[in-house]
Parts: sequence; structure tokens; C-alpha cells
Amino acid sequence: MSEATTEKLPKDVAAEDGMVNVQVDGNWIQVPKGTRMIEACKIAEKEVPHYCYHPKLSSPGNCRMCLVQMGMPPRPAPGEDPKFKDDGFQEIGWMPRPVIACANTVAENMGIRTTGELVESCRHGVMEFLLINHPLDCPICDQAGECSLQEFSVEHGRGNSRFVDNKVKKPKNVDIGPRIRLDDERCIMCSRCIRFMDEVADDPALGFTDRGTHTTLTVHPGHRLDSNYSLNTADICPVGALTSNDFRFQMRVWFLKETKSIDTNCGTGSNTVIWTRGSEIFRVTPRENNEVNSCWMPDSHRLNFHYVNSEARLNTPMIRNTSGTHEAATWADSIQKAAEVLRIHQPGEIAIIGSGKQTNEELFLLGKLAEALETDLLTLVPRMGESDGKLVAADRNANTTGATLLWDTEDPYAKLDAIREGVRSKKIKTLVVFYENLLEEAGFKEEDLANLNLLVSNHILPNGTAKNSHIVLPGAAFAEKRGSMVNITGRLQRLNKAIEPPAGAMDDWEIIRDLIAALDKKAAPLYLIEDVLKAIGAAVPAFEEQTFSKIGDQGIQITVTGQTIPLLDKEHQRIERGEIVG
Amino acid sequence: MAFIKIKRPELSLSDKLYIPAIFKGLWLTFKHAVKSVRGKSIGSKDLASSGLGITMQYPEQKWDEHLPEYYRGVPALVTDEQDRERCVSCQLCEFICPPKAIKIIPGEIPSDDEWAKVEKRPKEFEIDMTRCIYCGMCEEVCPEQAIYLRQDYAVTGLTREEMVNDKKRLYEIGGKRVGLVNKWNELK
Repeated sequence: MSEATTEKLPKDVAAEDGMVNVQVDGNWIQVPKGTRMIEACKIAEKEVPHYCYHPKLSSPGNCRMCLVQMGMPPRPAPGEDPKFKDDGFQEIGWMPRPVIACANTVAENMGIRTTGELVESCRHGVMEFLLINHPLDCPICDQAGECSLQEFSVEHGRGNSRFVDNKVKKPKNVDIGPRIRLDDERCIMCSRCIRFMDEVADDPALGFTDRGTHTTLTVHPGHRLDSNYSLNTADICPVGALTSNDFRFQMRVWFLKETKSIDTNCGTGSNTVIWTRGSEIFRVTPRENNEVNSCWMPDSHRLNFHYVNSEARLNTPMIRNTSGTHEAATWADSIQKAAEVLRIHQPGEIAIIGSGKQTNEELFLLGKLAEALETDLLTLVPRMGESDGKLVAADRNANTTGATLLWDTEDPYAKLDAIREGVRSKKIKTLVVFYENLLEEAGFKEEDLANLNLLVSNHILPNGTAKNSHIVLPGAAFAEKRGSMVNITGRLQRLNKAIEPPAGAMDDWEIIRDLIAALDKKAAPLYLIEDVLKAIGAAVPAFEEQTFSKIGDQGIQITVTGQTIPLLDKEHQRIERGEIVG
Repeated sequence: MAFIKIKRPELSLSDKLYIPAIFKGLWLTFKHAVKSVRGKSIGSKDLASSGLGITMQYPEQKWDEHLPEYYRGVPALVTDEQDRERCVSCQLCEFICPPKAIKIIPGEIPSDDEWAKVEKRPKEFEIDMTRCIYCGMCEEVCPEQAIYLRQDYAVTGLTREEMVNDKKRLYEIGGKRVGLVNKWNELK
């Protein structure tokens, strides 16, 4: 044993980095000290089935599904030194009883078995108990296809029931909130939703009543599940007990295509998955990003997609004729006509209004359009609200930070008042508008727009501005385009195309590109959205050498604005206090 | 590799002439012709022939009463003893359908309905019979015993639209089916 005294033992090597050695199914791995056993198994790529455990919530350990076998080195007798084997580890003494992996932390030289007769029979037993009172209504349950109970009963359940008595009856189809429907018979009492509403949404509206098999999830008397975060409970519900009223019975999940994207309803830019079938969006759910939105998303933002499926979508460019009605035109004619009229006006008579909901690529090209028209009257429309202290940012424009970087300005909204006044006093004669209805937040009036010689506007739905426009260019909605945005903290994130825009409409960046090309014959040709990002990289230091693949699904911090996301701050505090794993 | 030499059969003179073989064939044909006119062809009874040989004169004569129980014809939806539509629009048949002939738009059963506890039923259910290949996967996959392949096989139509069976038509073809598992009764 002379070598052992000279060479460091694995426990000391690991301890230097604040790690511990854990044996998972026979393989030794190093995991950070204080890791939960279930997370250690995840690191070792061993699946431990679980229902109640969620890394962002506290661990009550009440579903008992994550039972594993644990072992520790035997405690030495008084005065006895620990014995190390040749590989530097101590012998593991396996415990005869299982432990839950979700609420126990790892220790040095610990052994975990996620397979074996004991673990398998535990799972078998837990599954059988969970299924005793569970209704057999998978064909109508919306969770079918993404239900953990379904998945684990295939893996660990038995094919038939041994339960001969009548199942316990509980309330079904309970109206507990405006966006959530509860089915108590399907509930397996994991309490994730209760903990979420209490710990993350700060609105403890849910709780259990009664005991034993009669335990029932319900809202507290006088309360309703009406928090703006209530739909997250449907996401984390492992079964179909909580379902979204909006998505309920619309489509089975196995038909839906998942596209990773980001939310464009506020400056936070929550990461999302857009679920589509054909050219229709069925739902939007949050996607985990620990630098942006954790695992959550506000209801108001995720439900704001129905307009994309609208029948009223604009699907052809239109030119207003002399009698004042709009006529369908070709893209070439519309762009050419716009360019012709813009060309005969003086730079001071032209203004451009973009939108803070546009991507970096579109905003950059709008800057180029302003250059081509030699005007400096370029602005966005501000959309300030109040932060809710969680994920909804005060700035309801998704890409204000992007505009500040791309246009190299402190305040991309500064010139809106001047432009509005200019239009009113008839000093500004032409206006190019992208993605904004001027009659709403921008504060224009219909008679102001009547003053203009030319109003070119891009919309996805008919509105007051489109009605008053001389040329209407139909564009693409947030789910129909690729591009990038910078959120309030300065994180560059990627939008992906989930569906195609309606036939006849065009991607917004291509419209601006064509407009620039019609005005400036010498403009460098841009064929792909990647070319635009490359051009941005060459012009704006913060975007240097960025590509869509580098941005990836989780985004890249390209600047520090000093703003933070309140929900994340709270989460970090809870991780520090050891309440959650994170 | 070993080569095996095969000797060609030696042909006799009559074999080489072919003529005796031709007459042998003619004789066989003649025998069958006589049998067929006398209605004595082998299997003519079992195959429900028209009396001339074993040929059935379709469409004057039809196979219908001879169709086996497992015959796979037009797929259709069925109702149960209580006239409840059995389909709960789980869309498994739409998923499994190899030629993508089935299209379902699910809908919720209103709370004042007698069967409100079932919660879900198809709002629209269409089977495109120009696509259907009568494979019977929909019947096999259905967890509610709601879709069955019936014995009808002669599906005709003058337009593509006529060939699409909508929900109303599917229930007409399917009709009522008794003796099935009734999982939505009170005991559940």
C-alpha cells in the first residue's frame, strides 16, 4: 500500500474541485457536491422515472416513483482506518431498502443502482398503486402522447389491473380558472402545480383536500387559478389532470411539429416551442433556458398567436387606385411604384417607421433603406407597459436592444414625435411603415395619414393603416420567419420558421431588400438571411462573426445592458438557499 | 465449384412433331366445354356460378351472401345500444391510416348533453374513399370499438367530393352495433 500513500485517492482529487465520486450502475463519475441523486443519474445518462420532482421546484418526495438502491461504505469501527481497494474506492455496502433519488443528495463513495430486482419491483408496485384509481380514458385525454404515466406504465406497469373494487369517483371537468380545466380523477397527487403556484407564480391558489385515496386537488375557497402563469401548471402536470382550455381537444400532440423559437411579445424573449400541423399553429409552450425564462412563460404571451391562423391574413400586395379602393398587384409592380414615388421626394420629406417586434435583420435593412433614401427620420414605435416582476418586461417590444445596437442610437424611439408632427404639418410627404398600425400606439390619426403623398405599409392583417395606405405589402408573422433578436438583458436569440407565410405574402426582410434594390441599383445583392447577418457582423461590432448556428437554441450574450429578469433573480436566490436544484 | 452436367431428355418422333400434344390439349378443352354446358364444372356450386362454367355474371349476380365474415369493405362509424356515437375522436385511426384517408376534427361534447362525461366526439369525420385501401388498420387500432369495416365494396361516385364519406354518411353506413364493451357506463 505504499503507492496509496504517495498517490492521491480519488476522493481527494474530486474534493479539490468541490466534487464527489458516485458510482451509478457500476460506473464511477464525478458530480458537484450537493447534487441530488436523481441529477447525478441524469449526468450518468441513466433514466430514473419520476413524477413529483422538478428541478425548478422544491422536492417533497411524494410520488415515490424515483426509488433507487443506495449504498455507502461501511462505517469503520472505533480506531479502525477506512479500507481502500486497489482502485482507490471503498467497498460499498448496499442498503436493503430503497431511497428516493429526488430528495437525497450524493455523498463521497456513494453507490446508486437504477436497475436490479429491488428497484424494478419498487417501480412496479408504485405504478400499480398510481393506476388503481386512474381512469382509462387515454383516448379522450389531451395528455395522451406526452403523458409520463402512459410512458412509465408501458415500461414498468403490468398489462392488466388486479383491482376488483370500484374506482374512486372524483370531480371531472372542473372549472378552476379561465384558462385551465381540472380533471381530478386523472390527478396522481404529484403536487407540482401546487408548488409552482406557491413558489414561482406567487399565487398559492391550489391545494389538496381530503385524505388517502380521496385526496383531491382543488382551488382554495374564494380563489381561482387566474394567475397570468396558470398555463405553466398544465405544462408541468405529468398527467392530463390540468389541461389548457385553449388547446383542449384541438389536436393530438403526435401530429404536431415542434419548432424551437422565441416569444416576441415582450423584451424578455422567452424561449418557446411552436407546435404546428400543416400551416396552422396549435399551441406555444415554453422551452427551458436558464438565462432567460427558466421553464416558464406568461399565459398572455403564449396565447397570442391565434391571429396568425386568421382567415383575414393579407396575401397579396395591393395598390390603391384613384377612386380610393385597393387593387391586387404584383410584387414587382408594387415595389417599383413605391420606389418611383419615393425617388421624386426630397430626403427631408421621407420618414420610415419600423417596429420593435422586427428582427435584427429587418431593422438593419431598414437602416440601409434610410441610407438609400438619405433620410435620418427613422424610428420605432414605443410600447411601454409595466413589468409584472416575473417574466413580462416593461418593454413590450421584443427587440429594442437590437435596434439600439444596430442603429447605434441611445433611443430608437426618439424621432417618432417629430415624424408625427411632420406628417401633421405636411412637411413629411411620404411614409414607409413596417409592421405597425399607426392608429394605435404610434398616436397617428386617420386625417394625418390623408395628408401623405405616399404611404407604403407592411402588415399581416388588414387594419386602419393598411386601409389608408397607397401601397400595402403583406408580410410574415413571428412564426413564419427566421431571424434574430436581442432581449432586454443583451442576449442574441434566434427565431425559427415554424410555418410558411400565406401564399402571396413575403418575408419582411425580403420586402425591405427589394425596396432598397429598386432605389439603389448598386446595393450589394442579398440572397439569404445569413447574408444579412453577415453584413450586420461586418457593420456592428457587437454582432461580429455571429451566425445563426452559433446563436443556437440557447442564444449568446452579446452585450450587457444591466437589466435583469426578475424571475431569474428569484430563482438564483432559491438555488443559493438550497430550496431547489435549478 | 463443381459442375453438374444435365442431359437433355431425348425426344421421340411424336414429341418432335408437336401434333399429338396439340390434339391432347384440344381434347382437354373440349371435355371442359361439355362439362361447363352441362353445369358440371368443378367448384361451380361452391363459387355460386351462373351455371356456365365457374364464371359469375357480375353485376347481375353478386358475391354478397358468400362474403366471409372477415371481409374488409367500406370503413364506417357505429353507434351503440343507447345510440351514443362510440367515436371519441382520439385520432388514432387518422394516425395509423397508411394512405392518410381519414381526417378528423375533434370537438367537445357540450355540458348539457346526456353523454357530457365522455367529453369528446368528432366534430367532423371524413374518410376519403378514393384513398382508402381497405386495410382495416383503423378498425384494429380503435380503442373504443367505434370504426368497423363493413361488407360494402362497390363504392362509386361521379366526383371526388362524392367519394368522401362525411360523418353523417359514415354513421348511416355503420348503423348500430350491439354487444360491444361499454366502458362509459356508470361503473366505468
